[in-house]
Amino acid sequence: MRSPSSSAATLPPDGTGTGKPPPGCADLFLGFLGLGLMGFGGVLPLARRMLVENRRWLTPDHFTELLGLCHFLPGGNIINLSVAVGLEFRGVAGAVSALLGLILGPTAVVVGLGVLYDGYKDDPTLQHIFMGLAAAAAGLLVSTAWKMLWPLRSRPVALAIVLLTMLAIAVLRLPLLPSMAVLAPLSILATWRFSR
Amino acid sequence: MSTLVALAVIFTQLSLLAFGGGNTILPEMQRQVVEVHRWMSAQDFSALFALAQAAPGPNMMVVPLVGWHVAGWPGLLVSSIAKFGPSSILTGVVLGLWRRFKDRPWRKVVQAGLVPMTVGLVVASAWLITEATTTEWLLGAITAAVAGLSAATKLHPLWLLSGGAIAALVLL
Repeated sequence: MRSPSSSAATLPPDGTGTGKPPPGCADLFLGFLGLGLMGFGGVLPLARRMLVENRRWLTPDHFTELLGLCHFLPGGNIINLSVAVGLEFRGVAGAVSALLGLILGPTAVVVGLGVLYDGYKDDPTLQHIFMGLAAAAAGLLVSTAWKMLWPLRSRPVALAIVLLTMLAIAVLRLPLLPSMAVLAPLSILATWRFSR
Repeated sequence: MSTLVALAVIFTQLSLLAFGGGNTILPEMQRQVVEVHRWMSAQDFSALFALAQAAPGPNMMVVPLVGWHVAGWPGLLVSSIAKFGPSSILTGVVLGLWRRFKDRPWRKVVQAGLVPMTVGLVVASAWLITEATTTEWLLGAITAAVAGLSAATKLHPLWLLSGGAIAALVLL
Protein backbone atom coordinates (compact mmCIF):
# COMPACT_ATOMS: atom_id res chain seq x y z
CA MET A 1 0.00 0.00 0.00
CA ARG A 2 2.79 2.37 0.84
CA SER A 3 5.72 3.14 -1.41
CA PRO A 4 8.04 5.41 0.54
CA SER A 5 10.55 5.89 -2.24
CA SER A 6 8.16 7.48 -4.71
CA SER A 7 6.15 9.74 -2.41
CA ALA A 8 8.60 12.63 -2.16
CA ALA A 9 10.04 12.40 -5.63
CA THR A 10 7.17 13.60 -7.77
CA LEU A 11 5.21 16.75 -7.05
CA PRO A 12 2.86 17.78 -9.84
CA PRO A 13 2.19 21.52 -9.83
CA ASP A 14 -1.51 21.18 -9.06
CA GLY A 15 -2.21 17.65 -7.78
CA THR A 16 -1.30 16.09 -4.47
CA GLY A 17 1.37 13.83 -5.92
CA THR A 18 0.44 10.94 -3.68
CA GLY A 19 -1.59 9.08 -6.29
CA LYS A 20 -4.63 8.98 -4.02
CA PRO A 21 -8.04 10.46 -4.90
CA PRO A 22 -8.45 13.90 -3.30
CA PRO A 23 -10.46 13.90 -0.04
CA GLY A 24 -14.03 15.19 0.02
CA CYS A 25 -15.44 17.69 2.51
CA ALA A 26 -16.56 14.94 4.90
CA ASP A 27 -13.09 13.36 4.80
CA LEU A 28 -11.51 16.73 5.53
CA PHE A 29 -13.90 17.38 8.40
CA LEU A 30 -13.33 13.95 9.98
CA GLY A 31 -9.57 14.02 9.43
CA PHE A 32 -9.15 17.34 11.18
CA LEU A 33 -11.73 16.44 13.86
CA GLY A 34 -9.52 13.55 14.89
CA LEU A 35 -6.49 15.79 14.80
CA GLY A 36 -8.15 18.42 17.03
CA LEU A 37 -9.25 15.83 19.60
CA MET A 38 -5.91 14.01 19.74
CA GLY A 39 -3.56 16.97 19.74
CA PHE A 40 -2.73 17.44 23.41
CA GLY A 41 0.00 20.05 23.82
CA GLY A 42 0.81 20.55 20.15
CA VAL A 43 -1.00 19.52 17.00
CA LEU A 44 1.76 20.09 14.49
CA PRO A 45 3.67 16.76 14.80
CA LEU A 46 0.35 14.89 14.60
CA ALA A 47 -0.74 16.97 11.62
CA ARG A 48 2.26 15.83 9.60
CA ARG A 49 1.64 12.21 10.53
CA MET A 50 -2.03 12.42 9.54
CA LEU A 51 -1.62 14.43 6.33
CA VAL A 52 1.58 12.91 4.95
CA GLU A 53 1.97 9.42 6.44
CA ASN A 54 -1.44 8.02 7.33
CA ARG A 55 -3.91 9.57 4.90
CA ARG A 56 -1.31 10.59 2.32
CA TRP A 57 -3.22 13.66 1.19
CA LEU A 58 0.05 15.60 0.83
CA THR A 59 3.60 14.73 -0.14
CA PRO A 60 6.31 15.76 2.35
CA ASP A 61 7.34 18.61 0.07
CA HIS A 62 3.82 19.88 -0.37
CA PHE A 63 3.30 19.76 3.41
CA THR A 64 6.47 21.76 4.06
CA GLU A 65 5.53 24.33 1.45
CA LEU A 66 2.04 24.89 2.88
CA LEU A 67 3.39 25.06 6.43
CA GLY A 68 5.93 27.68 5.34
CA LEU A 69 3.10 29.82 4.04
CA CYS A 70 1.14 29.35 7.26
CA HIS A 71 4.12 30.47 9.38
CA PHE A 72 4.35 33.66 7.40
CA LEU A 73 0.70 34.62 7.95
CA PRO A 74 -1.05 35.77 11.13
CA GLY A 75 -3.18 33.24 13.01
CA GLY A 76 -2.31 29.87 14.47
CA ASN A 77 -0.10 27.85 12.11
CA ILE A 78 -2.21 24.74 12.43
CA ILE A 79 -5.45 26.67 11.92
CA ASN A 80 -4.08 28.26 8.76
CA LEU A 81 -2.83 24.85 7.65
CA SER A 82 -6.33 23.37 7.92
CA VAL A 83 -7.67 26.23 5.79
CA ALA A 84 -4.90 25.83 3.20
CA VAL A 85 -5.34 22.05 2.93
CA GLY A 86 -9.14 22.31 2.68
CA LEU A 87 -8.81 25.02 0.05
CA GLU A 88 -6.36 23.00 -2.03
CA PHE A 89 -8.73 20.06 -2.35
CA ARG A 90 -12.29 21.40 -2.15
CA GLY A 91 -12.15 25.18 -2.32
CA VAL A 92 -14.00 27.31 0.21
CA ALA A 93 -16.30 24.47 1.33
CA GLY A 94 -13.25 22.31 1.99
CA ALA A 95 -11.57 25.08 3.98
CA VAL A 96 -14.66 25.55 6.15
CA SER A 97 -14.99 21.76 6.67
CA ALA A 98 -11.37 21.36 7.73
CA LEU A 99 -11.37 24.42 10.02
CA LEU A 100 -14.64 23.42 11.71
CA GLY A 101 -13.41 19.87 12.14
CA LEU A 102 -10.24 21.13 13.81
CA ILE A 103 -11.85 23.48 16.36
CA LEU A 104 -15.24 21.89 17.12
CA GLY A 105 -13.99 19.07 19.39
CA PRO A 106 -11.56 21.18 21.43
CA THR A 107 -14.20 23.91 21.82
CA ALA A 108 -16.62 21.42 23.38
CA VAL A 109 -13.90 20.16 25.76
CA VAL A 110 -12.84 23.65 26.74
CA VAL A 111 -16.40 24.78 27.50
CA GLY A 112 -16.89 21.66 29.62
CA LEU A 113 -13.80 22.62 31.62
CA GLY A 114 -15.07 26.20 31.82
CA VAL A 115 -18.39 25.06 33.31
CA LEU A 116 -16.43 23.07 35.88
CA TYR A 117 -14.26 26.09 36.71
CA ASP A 118 -17.23 28.48 37.08
CA GLY A 119 -19.25 26.05 39.15
CA TYR A 120 -16.53 25.02 41.56
CA LYS A 121 -14.05 27.85 41.73
CA ASP A 122 -15.08 28.61 45.34
CA ASP A 123 -14.47 25.04 46.40
CA PRO A 124 -11.03 25.05 48.08
CA THR A 125 -9.96 21.67 46.69
CA LEU A 126 -10.76 22.57 43.11
CA GLN A 127 -9.35 26.03 43.66
CA HIS A 128 -5.99 24.50 44.50
CA ILE A 129 -6.18 22.18 41.49
CA PHE A 130 -6.88 25.11 39.18
CA MET A 131 -4.11 27.19 40.75
CA GLY A 132 -1.65 24.34 40.21
CA LEU A 133 -2.90 23.85 36.68
CA ALA A 134 -2.46 27.57 35.95
CA ALA A 135 1.07 27.57 37.39
CA ALA A 136 1.97 24.51 35.29
CA ALA A 137 0.48 26.09 32.14
CA ALA A 138 2.61 29.17 32.82
CA GLY A 139 5.63 26.88 33.10
CA LEU A 140 4.90 25.36 29.68
CA LEU A 141 4.74 28.85 28.22
CA VAL A 142 8.04 29.81 29.90
CA SER A 143 9.74 26.79 28.34
CA THR A 144 8.29 27.67 24.91
CA ALA A 145 9.71 31.19 25.30
CA TRP A 146 13.05 29.74 26.40
CA LYS A 147 13.22 27.38 23.41
CA MET A 148 12.50 30.26 21.04
CA LEU A 149 15.03 32.52 22.77
CA TRP A 150 17.89 29.99 22.77
CA PRO A 151 18.75 30.11 19.02
CA LEU A 152 19.12 33.91 19.31
CA ARG A 153 21.67 33.71 22.17
CA SER A 154 24.69 34.80 20.12
CA ARG A 155 22.88 37.61 18.29
CA PRO A 156 22.96 40.76 20.44
CA VAL A 157 20.87 42.82 18.00
CA ALA A 158 18.09 40.24 17.98
CA LEU A 159 18.23 39.99 21.79
CA ALA A 160 17.93 43.78 22.03
CA ILE A 161 14.74 43.64 19.91
CA VAL A 162 13.40 40.85 22.15
CA LEU A 163 14.13 42.96 25.24
CA LEU A 164 12.53 46.04 23.71
CA THR A 165 9.40 44.07 22.76
CA MET A 166 9.21 42.56 26.25
CA LEU A 167 9.58 45.98 27.85
CA ALA A 168 6.87 47.56 25.69
CA ILE A 169 4.32 44.77 26.05
CA ALA A 170 4.89 43.20 29.48
CA VAL A 171 6.30 46.07 31.55
CA LEU A 172 4.85 49.24 30.02
CA ARG A 173 1.67 47.40 28.92
CA LEU A 174 1.49 49.32 25.64
CA PRO A 175 -1.26 48.33 23.16
CA LEU A 176 -0.22 45.68 20.63
CA LEU A 177 -1.19 47.40 17.36
CA PRO A 178 0.92 50.59 17.67
CA SER A 179 3.72 48.61 19.34
CA MET A 180 3.92 46.21 16.40
CA ALA A 181 3.70 49.09 13.91
CA VAL A 182 6.98 50.39 15.42
CA LEU A 183 8.68 47.11 16.37
CA ALA A 184 8.06 45.09 13.19
CA PRO A 185 9.88 47.48 10.79
CA LEU A 186 12.60 47.96 13.41
CA SER A 187 13.01 44.20 13.80
CA ILE A 188 13.13 43.61 10.03
CA LEU A 189 15.53 46.49 9.42
CA ALA A 190 17.90 45.57 12.27
CA THR A 191 17.97 41.87 11.36
CA TRP A 192 18.62 42.64 7.69
CA ARG A 193 21.23 45.34 8.38
CA PHE A 194 23.27 43.32 10.91
CA SER A 195 22.84 39.82 9.51
CA ARG A 196 25.87 39.95 7.19
CA MET B 1 -24.98 43.69 22.55
CA SER B 2 -22.19 46.19 23.13
CA THR B 3 -20.21 43.39 24.78
CA LEU B 4 -20.53 41.24 21.66
CA VAL B 5 -19.47 44.14 19.45
CA ALA B 6 -16.46 44.73 21.70
CA LEU B 7 -15.56 41.02 21.53
CA ALA B 8 -15.85 41.09 17.73
CA VAL B 9 -13.63 44.15 17.42
CA ILE B 10 -10.99 42.84 19.85
CA PHE B 11 -10.69 39.38 18.32
CA THR B 12 -10.77 40.56 14.70
CA GLN B 13 -7.79 42.79 15.53
CA LEU B 14 -5.99 39.97 17.36
CA SER B 15 -6.71 37.58 14.47
CA LEU B 16 -4.85 39.79 12.01
CA LEU B 17 -2.02 40.61 14.44
CA ALA B 18 -1.18 37.07 15.48
CA PHE B 19 2.11 36.77 13.58
CA GLY B 20 4.13 33.84 14.85
CA GLY B 21 1.21 31.87 16.25
CA GLY B 22 -1.28 32.30 19.03
CA ASN B 23 0.95 32.93 22.04
CA THR B 24 2.13 36.28 20.68
CA ILE B 25 -1.29 37.90 21.17
CA LEU B 26 -1.79 36.64 24.72
CA PRO B 27 -0.59 39.88 26.39
CA GLU B 28 -2.95 42.02 24.30
CA MET B 29 -5.84 39.64 24.93
CA GLN B 30 -5.16 39.85 28.64
CA ARG B 31 -4.83 43.65 28.52
CA GLN B 32 -8.16 44.05 26.70
CA VAL B 33 -10.11 41.49 28.74
CA VAL B 34 -8.66 42.29 32.19
CA GLU B 35 -7.56 45.94 32.12
CA VAL B 36 -9.56 47.71 29.41
CA HIS B 37 -12.95 45.96 29.75
CA ARG B 38 -12.55 44.49 33.25
CA TRP B 39 -14.52 41.37 32.31
CA MET B 40 -12.43 39.19 34.67
CA SER B 41 -9.44 39.25 37.01
CA ALA B 42 -5.89 38.47 35.89
CA GLN B 43 -6.12 35.25 37.96
CA ASP B 44 -9.32 34.23 36.16
CA PHE B 45 -7.65 34.90 32.82
CA SER B 46 -4.67 32.74 33.76
CA ALA B 47 -7.00 29.98 34.92
CA LEU B 48 -8.89 30.07 31.61
CA PHE B 49 -5.57 29.95 29.77
CA ALA B 50 -4.60 26.92 31.84
CA LEU B 51 -7.90 25.18 31.08
CA ALA B 52 -7.39 25.80 27.38
CA GLN B 53 -3.86 24.38 27.63
CA ALA B 54 -5.22 21.26 29.31
CA ALA B 55 -7.70 20.74 26.47
CA PRO B 56 -6.63 19.13 23.19
CA GLY B 57 -6.38 20.98 19.91
CA PRO B 58 -4.75 24.17 18.64
CA ASN B 59 -3.26 26.36 21.36
CA MET B 60 -5.72 29.20 20.75
CA MET B 61 -8.68 27.47 22.39
CA VAL B 62 -8.53 30.15 25.07
CA VAL B 63 -10.39 32.39 22.59
CA PRO B 64 -13.75 30.59 22.52
CA LEU B 65 -13.38 30.04 26.27
CA VAL B 66 -12.93 33.76 26.96
CA GLY B 67 -15.89 34.59 24.68
CA TRP B 68 -18.04 32.02 26.46
CA HIS B 69 -16.96 33.25 29.91
CA VAL B 70 -17.76 36.88 29.03
CA ALA B 71 -21.04 36.48 27.13
CA GLY B 72 -22.17 32.84 27.03
CA TRP B 73 -22.82 30.99 23.77
CA PRO B 74 -23.24 34.16 21.67
CA GLY B 75 -19.90 35.34 23.06
CA LEU B 76 -18.27 32.04 22.12
CA LEU B 77 -19.63 32.25 18.57
CA VAL B 78 -18.67 35.90 18.06
CA SER B 79 -15.16 35.58 19.49
CA SER B 80 -14.46 32.36 17.53
CA ILE B 81 -15.64 33.76 14.20
CA ALA B 82 -13.77 37.04 14.81
CA LYS B 83 -10.56 35.22 15.78
CA PHE B 84 -10.50 32.36 13.26
CA GLY B 85 -12.30 34.07 10.35
CA PRO B 86 -10.12 36.99 9.21
CA SER B 87 -6.79 35.16 9.43
CA SER B 88 -8.30 32.20 7.55
CA ILE B 89 -9.63 34.44 4.78
CA LEU B 90 -6.22 36.07 4.55
CA THR B 91 -4.62 32.62 4.31
CA GLY B 92 -6.94 31.75 1.43
CA VAL B 93 -6.18 34.96 -0.44
CA VAL B 94 -2.43 34.70 0.05
CA LEU B 95 -2.40 31.02 -0.96
CA GLY B 96 -3.33 32.17 -4.46
CA LEU B 97 -0.45 34.65 -4.63
CA TRP B 98 2.03 32.38 -2.85
CA ARG B 99 3.68 30.61 -5.75
CA ARG B 100 4.32 33.87 -7.55
CA PHE B 101 6.36 35.34 -4.66
CA LYS B 102 7.91 32.12 -3.37
CA ASP B 103 11.50 32.82 -4.40
CA ARG B 104 11.58 36.60 -4.06
CA PRO B 105 14.39 37.69 -1.72
CA TRP B 106 12.26 40.28 0.13
CA ARG B 107 9.98 37.53 1.43
CA LYS B 108 12.89 35.83 3.18
CA VAL B 109 14.13 39.14 4.63
CA VAL B 110 10.72 39.95 6.10
CA GLN B 111 10.23 36.42 7.41
CA ALA B 112 13.63 36.28 9.13
CA GLY B 113 13.33 39.87 10.32
CA LEU B 114 10.10 39.28 12.22
CA VAL B 115 11.65 36.51 14.33
CA PRO B 116 13.11 38.66 17.16
CA MET B 117 9.83 40.56 17.62
CA THR B 118 7.86 37.30 17.60
CA VAL B 119 10.16 35.83 20.26
CA GLY B 120 9.82 39.04 22.30
CA LEU B 121 6.02 38.73 22.22
CA VAL B 122 6.13 35.13 23.44
CA VAL B 123 8.55 36.07 26.25
CA ALA B 124 6.16 38.87 27.22
CA SER B 125 3.26 36.36 27.31
CA ALA B 126 5.22 34.03 29.56
CA TRP B 127 6.12 36.96 31.84
CA LEU B 128 2.52 38.20 32.21
CA ILE B 129 0.93 34.80 32.73
CA THR B 130 3.58 33.84 35.30
CA GLU B 131 3.12 37.17 37.08
CA ALA B 132 -0.63 36.55 37.36
CA THR B 133 -0.38 32.93 38.53
CA THR B 134 2.44 33.29 41.07
CA THR B 135 0.38 34.34 44.07
CA GLU B 136 2.40 32.08 46.41
CA TRP B 137 5.98 30.87 46.32
CA LEU B 138 4.90 27.27 45.84
CA LEU B 139 3.07 28.18 42.62
CA GLY B 140 6.20 29.93 41.40
CA ALA B 141 8.13 26.75 42.18
CA ILE B 142 5.62 24.68 40.17
CA THR B 143 6.00 27.07 37.22
CA ALA B 144 9.80 26.84 37.43
CA ALA B 145 9.76 23.03 37.75
CA VAL B 146 7.39 22.58 34.80
CA ALA B 147 9.41 25.04 32.70
CA GLY B 148 12.63 23.16 33.48
CA LEU B 149 11.16 19.70 32.88
CA SER B 150 9.46 20.77 29.67
CA ALA B 151 12.68 22.31 28.34
CA ALA B 152 14.95 19.43 29.37
CA THR B 153 12.79 16.34 28.77
CA LYS B 154 10.28 15.04 26.25
CA LEU B 155 7.59 14.52 28.89
CA HIS B 156 4.09 14.97 27.51
CA PRO B 157 2.57 18.34 28.54
CA LEU B 158 -0.46 16.56 29.98
CA TRP B 159 1.79 14.83 32.57
CA LEU B 160 3.28 18.19 33.53
CA LEU B 161 -0.13 19.85 33.83
CA SER B 162 -1.53 17.08 36.02
CA GLY B 163 1.69 17.04 38.03
CA GLY B 164 1.28 20.77 38.72
CA ALA B 165 -2.36 20.32 39.72
CA ILE B 166 -1.54 17.43 42.08
CA ALA B 167 1.41 19.28 43.63
CA ALA B 168 -0.79 22.28 44.40
CA LEU B 169 -3.57 20.07 45.76
CA VAL B 170 -1.24 18.19 48.11
CA LEU B 171 1.14 20.95 49.21
CA LEU B 172 -0.93 24.14 49.21
